[in-house]
Amino acid sequence: MTDSAALLNKHSFVELGARQRAQALLDAGTFRELLDPFQRVMSPWLERQGVVPQADDGVIIAKGSLDGLPVVIAAIEGAFQGGSLGEVGGAKIAGALELAAEDNRNGIPTRAVLLLETGGVRLQEANLGLAAIADIHAAIVDLQQYQPVVGVVAGSVGCFGGMSIAAALCSYLLVTQEARLGLNGPQVIEQEAGIEEYDSRDRPFIWSLTGGEQRFNTGLVDRYVGDDVAQIRQQVGELLQQGLPAQPRSQRAEWFLQRLRKLNTDQQIEPSVVRDLYQGERS
Amino acid sequence: MSGYSLRGLHWFNALSAGASVVEGLPPSLKVADAELGRFIAVVADPDNRFPRARNGEVGLLEGWGLAKAVDDAISADRDNAKKRPIIAIVDVPSQAYGRREEALGIHQALAGAADSYARARLAGHPVIALLVGKAMSGAFLAHGYQANRLIALRDPGVMVHAMGKASAARVTLRSVEELEALASSVPPMAYDIDSYASLGLLWETLSVQQIEQPTEEDLTRVTECLKQAISDVTSTDLKGRLGASNRAASSKVRELLRAQW
Repeated sequence: MTDSAALLNKHSFVELGARQRAQALLDAGTFRELLDPFQRVMSPWLERQGVVPQADDGVIIAKGSLDGLPVVIAAIEGAFQGGSLGEVGGAKIAGALELAAEDNRNGIPTRAVLLLETGGVRLQEANLGLAAIADIHAAIVDLQQYQPVVGVVAGSVGCFGGMSIAAALCSYLLVTQEARLGLNGPQVIEQEAGIEEYDSRDRPFIWSLTGGEQRFNTGLVDRYVGDDVAQIRQQVGELLQQGLPAQPRSQRAEWFLQRLRKLNTDQQIEPSVVRDLYQGERS
Repeated sequence: MSGYSLRGLHWFNALSAGASVVEGLPPSLKVADAELGRFIAVVADPDNRFPRARNGEVGLLEGWGLAKAVDDAISADRDNAKKRPIIAIVDVPSQAYGRREEALGIHQALAGAADSYARARLAGHPVIALLVGKAMSGAFLAHGYQANRLIALRDPGVMVHAMGKASAARVTLRSVEELEALASSVPPMAYDIDSYASLGLLWETLSVQQIEQPTEEDLTRVTECLKQAISDVTSTDLKGRLGASNRAASSKVRELLRAQW
């Protein structure tokens, strides 16, 4: 195929909404949405704060199959309230993962894929968002006793806050160049630590530390792919086939502590320092 | 007068008096095996190698250190029918906000801690979180929120929240005054422990005489409550947190999902 033909065949994943992303990953004709927007299970907290709620609360739960394997997909709609998680959206994700774990206890090998575009807790529902995220963490760890959980951060919102912890709990993480992954949003770091520490308006600086390419080069994610539906679908399928990782990243405390001991923390940090520290000669 | 809280340290020292201290962890972690179980606290370390984590914040060393402290208990009890209780003493002002932290993947460190606490619970360790001070956001997710039972002391300084007021105001484009006014009428947004209790997430709240430095009577009372909480743990999940009317949607969503699954 020539380059221009390849380009014409390329379909952007990043440009898709959450529902279309879930549809694009599932085997044709197997997509079935749970708690769809017509059921209007909406946030009970937004309207009284002058925010218009959305009929799916910004979270899509879909069951179906991927390369013939039973999966449940939870996709966050980054376009609604910055992908923030409130009580309903959070409970949808936690509840779906809990049922997937229950399936496995009953002999049904349901796997999970999380499509993450989120700033974390929805501040209008603060403590209920935080509680829901704790439930999501619990459910990911529970499900991983049986099956892998694959996280995808495609962009363009990125994945932050308590949901970056959820991403880091996943068995495997896949990102594109459009992805950012980090605990604290740039504005909040600047607010808390000052502009010398973190300049939230310096975009190249922020991408160099938390962008998808850097996260891949530092081993904090597993796959780095182009923004293309077919590629992403293929890689997610491969990761699901792999089963559970031999050594999950979130269970490597000793290794990370040992690496952090070697770091000189007197100076401020550069992206290359992280690559050298976590990957050694590989990068 | 120090700029950081000493509550966590004082409660840790009081509750773990005479216990055997667990070594080999970052200085900002206090871990000891007492009769009741393994006590774990994150405390301020003014000499922390990571300057943004010197006031008791949960940073890189703390996240991975917590994971190790919990993992060690899981491995030590692997072949024992009786798993030691793990008690997180929670007084954490926030996660660490800094350039080093983001660059080195603080999200992964906090996931390490959450993963270990959750696996301990699934392995049958009763995991209890005792809130004696702030339990903020990512710091609480890493240290305490995976517990089977949450217990909070009644005091204005005991606070659970997703974000400090100044930052929350900035992110939601409100003034701090507007935020406070809203918070008083929307229970999940409030900063006080009574509003938090109305969400049904706490197993118990307790009043004490001296929150900063427990008296003998306080110690007896809290120890008794911890014992009850430990014996109350009969399952490994977090279902006990559901059921409050201010968290009704969380139950409803689960019922509907199950019906449509």
